Amino acid sequence: MSLSSDTSEHLDWLESEAIHVIREAEAQFDNPVLMFSGGKDSLTMVHLARKAFYPGQVPFPILHVDTGHNFPETIEFRDNLMEEHGLELIVGSVEETIKSGRAKEEQGPDASRNKLQIVTLLDTIEEHGFDVALGGARRDEEKARAKERFFSHRDRFGNWDPKNQRPELWNLYNGRSRKGEHFRAFPLSNWTELDVWQYIQQEDLEIPSLYLAHERTMFERDGVLLPKSPYNDLREGEEYVEKMVRFRTIGDMTCTGAVESTATTLDEVIAEVATTQQAERSARADDQRAEAAMEDRKREGYF
Amino acid sequence: MDVLRFTTAGSVDDGKSTLIGRLFYDTQQIFEDKLEEIKRNTQRDDDDLELALLTDGLKAEREQGITIDVAYRYFSTPNRKFIIADTPGHEQYTRNMVTGASTAELAVELIDARNGVIEQTRRHAFIASLLQIPYMIVAVNKMDLVDYGEERFREIVEEFQEFSDNLDINDITFIPISALKGDNVVDQSERMPWYKGPTLLHRLENVRPEADRNQVDFRFPVQHVIRPHQDFRGFAGQVASGKIRPGEEIVVLPSKRTSHIESITTLDGEVEEAGPGDSIVISLTDEIDVSRGSMIVRSRNRPDVTRQLDADLCWMNEEKMRRDRPYIIQHTTRRTQANVSKVVYRTNVETFHREEADTFELNDIGRVELETADPLFIDPYKINRSTGNFILIDPDTNDTVAAGMIRGVSEDVAPFGRDEVVTDKERETSPNVVWEGLNIPREDREEKNGHKSAVVWLTGLSGSGKSTIAKEVEKRLFDRDVQTMMLDGDNVRHGLSGDLGFSPNDRKENIRRVGEAARLFFEQGNVTLCSFISPYQEDRDRIRELLPEGRFFEVHVDCPLEVCKERDTKGLYKKAEEGEIANFTGVSAPYEEPQDPEIVVDSDQNDVETCVNQIIEALEEEGIV
Repeated sequence: MSLSSDTSEHLDWLESEAIHVIREAEAQFDNPVLMFSGGKDSLTMVHLARKAFYPGQVPFPILHVDTGHNFPETIEFRDNLMEEHGLELIVGSVEETIKSGRAKEEQGPDASRNKLQIVTLLDTIEEHGFDVALGGARRDEEKARAKERFFSHRDRFGNWDPKNQRPELWNLYNGRSRKGEHFRAFPLSNWTELDVWQYIQQEDLEIPSLYLAHERTMFERDGVLLPKSPYNDLREGEEYVEKMVRFRTIGDMTCTGAVESTATTLDEVIAEVATTQQAERSARADDQRAEAAMEDRKREGYF
Repeated sequence: MDVLRFTTAGSVDDGKSTLIGRLFYDTQQIFEDKLEEIKRNTQRDDDDLELALLTDGLKAEREQGITIDVAYRYFSTPNRKFIIADTPGHEQYTRNMVTGASTAELAVELIDARNGVIEQTRRHAFIASLLQIPYMIVAVNKMDLVDYGEERFREIVEEFQEFSDNLDINDITFIPISALKGDNVVDQSERMPWYKGPTLLHRLENVRPEADRNQVDFRFPVQHVIRPHQDFRGFAGQVASGKIRPGEEIVVLPSKRTSHIESITTLDGEVEEAGPGDSIVISLTDEIDVSRGSMIVRSRNRPDVTRQLDADLCWMNEEKMRRDRPYIIQHTTRRTQANVSKVVYRTNVETFHREEADTFELNDIGRVELETADPLFIDPYKINRSTGNFILIDPDTNDTVAAGMIRGVSEDVAPFGRDEVVTDKERETSPNVVWEGLNIPREDREEKNGHKSAVVWLTGLSGSGKSTIAKEVEKRLFDRDVQTMMLDGDNVRHGLSGDLGFSPNDRKENIRRVGEAARLFFEQGNVTLCSFISPYQEDRDRIRELLPEGRFFEVHVDCPLEVCKERDTKGLYKKAEEGEIANFTGVSAPYEEPQDPEIVVDSDQNDVETCVNQIIEALEEEGIV
């Protein structure tokens, strides 16, 4: 086998770059952690982390911020993955954060725990003394992310200042930080959604069943197709319908919308992604709140 | 599908965002919902879409109407994935341009057809040249506003070429476009039938991105040591340049310990060859000291090892450069302290003139000399972008304050200490760039010839009989169908080294050239006989290092000075003693006897045949012939 004679050159290139960044993060920081959401980007990250340190073990734990509103499929998938590869899992619980009074549950019909995750995330990072959190965010996801660095500096409050970032040149990453500050590292920065899918296919990775088309009880709200769940109540004029759907991103049941699809295999998903006319996060109710929703949340420490 | 990274530059109103929007739109990369959003927000009188809205970034920019930082965009065609570093054109953001250029393989320089070449055009072209971006496209935009006129386009091309001749850009393509109307961006324009060249996208799809990747000089900066159990010790890293295979001989810097590649490991299995950009794990056949910051290279193709850098530097921080305290330098996976010991000059990026300066401020670019606490393993940026770049970090703020492009080892800086000083030997054994590219490997030639190649180096005083013996050895080998070549002072001093005299430096240079020539003949499969006084051990050692172990035979043709003087076959000793020849070995210049030669022949006590036999037997014993 030769690394350079592969037909999917761009995937090899992206993989090598991501591995380089993961190793840099591991080498430059004392206490890294890998953020895990259960989605395709984070499972790709887990795979890349395994590759980066093979034949050694992944030398850092995996952190999942559990809102308590996750799809049961996500939790099951997560636990299987950790067990299969002998990974250490840390769960940060939004439920606990709320109980402790560090955050207050949003009220009202569109209540979401999305913003509350920030508190739990920052608390967990502080509690364990993590100095770099690796995440699967990509620059193509959203316009605020287009300017994100591979090594993204956060201040003592976990905030991101897009105007005051360190220039990042060649493949030199400057991870020097002061006490109390931490970094986010984004090895998948240069990947697109299609790249991730193609990579998952090339590497033959197992994916959560939510990504494939399945029958599900859904309802429509503000043009977004949401799943029936214990955390969503119908409002006036809404009704449950059986649909053939799949999810393009995986988040909370309260805000993760689905797309109607018949793609039941990975090949079909890729074909659909390649020709799709809807931006990836368009089914995320949380992004539609305001035009600059993501940017605002990022400033506060969101991924 | 491969990857091309390019950067776009232009002044605020040149239509950069519109161009990127156009590329996306015409290659169908815009999602329907985004398009709806743009249509909603377009405030134009004509029907043209406000494509620039597509690439607008942060809120602040939307408010100011300018982009303030490098943003990365992605699109692909069936042939290629593109990564765009979209850099702002606003004057104070030169540093962003440098950041974008650092990873780019191509630069798109936008010029407004109405304005032609402006100061910023020159600045951007200069940066593209400094950062050694291999390709440039000069897109003359807004052709719709100059009636798609050929004459205006030609004027701008000429204007650009006039100043770019002074720069180091190899490949420039000029394309007249209208990003707003879509002419010559993705589709060939019908409104400019006089333009026969490629469209912008066509050019983007057809340049060779690997052009700037050094495939020859193997450099492997170690990122991380992997030790899962007692039986495996691997070194993780990304190949910076060159290729490597298991079995090859390597040397680890800084320890200079040699070993061989045992295996190249990945999760997907072992690989037979790794090349530039590959993230791999290397294990070695010997247990030697390797850690993060070490560099693994081929033993016969080494970078310069130095604490003294001569470099171009771009200052990227609001705080000006300080000369009174060290910065942290990050070079490959290595970090150490560095002082700016000298500001050679600052370059005026509009006029390209060199100006006197003793410090740099934000966006200043110029040449400096740096002194580092620990040695770095460097190549000139022009030859190797990966091992020729570095950044400086402020130790107090941790900011990245400067980007550097290495020219080489600086000569002027006083070293910290004697022992780590780079010697000429280290410097001159490094640029062995030709060997990996040999069309027919030496091994194949050797197999065909039926013998191995070697260099037999005869050293000794003038008149000791070196050439006589060498000629006889060559004859005997020739009769046995051995491929041979003979180099001696007579055939070298007239041509190859015709410009050199006999001062110690010239002698050194002469021997260096002979060594390189001998190596060429060696690679061609010859038993190469070299007959030179070569009085300095250091020079002879240097040639030894050019060749694989067991293939260099240092032969000391030993004969007392008195005997040589007596022989004085060419009458040289006489002239030297009369002062007619300066620096004559044995008379007015020293001869360092070989310390550990393979062969010593005593040409005083023995006849020529005995000496010849002695050499041929040694070659037989070592399995050469």
